[in-house]
Amino acid sequence: MPTVAIVLSTLFGSLIDLNKPGHYIHWGFIQMSYANGLVILLMIIVFFAAILIPFKGHKGEDR
Amino acid sequence: MTVTDPKTVRADQADLDKAADRPEDAGQWTAKLRTTAVEALPPQKLLPDRQPAYVASWIYVFGVVTVSALLVVIATGLVLAIMGPNWWHVSSTGLFVNSLHLWSVEVFFFAMVVHLWGKFFMAAWRGRRKVTWITGVVSFLVSVGAAFTGYLSQQNFDSQWISTQAKDGINSTGAGAIFNVTNFGQMIMWHITLLPLCVLALVGVHVVMVRLRGVVPPFPAKGEVPGDDPAPATADAEVGA
Repeated sequence: MPTVAIVLSTLFGSLIDLNKPGHYIHWGFIQMSYANGLVILLMIIVFFAAILIPFKGHKGEDR
Repeated sequence: MTVTDPKTVRADQADLDKAADRPEDAGQWTAKLRTTAVEALPPQKLLPDRQPAYVASWIYVFGVVTVSALLVVIATGLVLAIMGPNWWHVSSTGLFVNSLHLWSVEVFFFAMVVHLWGKFFMAAWRGRRKVTWITGVVSFLVSVGAAFTGYLSQQNFDSQWISTQAKDGINSTGAGAIFNVTNFGQMIMWHITLLPLCVLALVGVHVVMVRLRGVVPPFPAKGEVPGDDPAPATADAEVGA
């Protein structure tokens, strides 16, 4: 394995330990992994960012 | 020397494109279909250079991100189909293409959900855009099936686990009689032929409908008169009337 790949995998491995059973959110009959919950949170953040952040390419032309 | 206005030349060319090659062929179904198609969706409308001013917002970007991700999904899927599971499980290039296939699907669903939220809160079915909305909804549902059968087609322990976990749920609905998630041959045929064709056809109709009816405008502000909709719900609609 190339050195870069070893370094990167070690770095990510130290951040997120995948060598154990996953963590789950239990909410009534809803069960969801933290990973999926994180993706949903990211989608909500991106959704509001897309509404709030100005579109810089716009030059005020009508059409 | 006669100077010809380029606009006149383009208009004449457009008329020629619409008409049959010979006057006696005008009644043929090919000529009628071509004329109808070009009138409903001329090239300038099918692939426009400009969009209405309200499209200058990041929330309008996610539809095209979804389509772009779908193209990567299809392209990488074609390579995986050609090379086979030994290649995508073992070789470095195969693993890379397999990962591209997975992550483009992740981007596809991520962008599609943000696109869906944006269009839902804009009530994007306004202005005779119901078919656009419905084809989008059905595309989403069929895409879920395409992704699910993809997980079943990985040829590893993960796909075995998912199929055995899913079979009870599917069987409890009665659909297991014709859709057997533990039947690998059936699942891979759904994944690489039937469902991709459905998704591509639905997305194609969806995009054509967006071009026909135009991009939905935002709700007018309080007191503002709505007037920038390219496909208003009134009788004098300029598009596809």
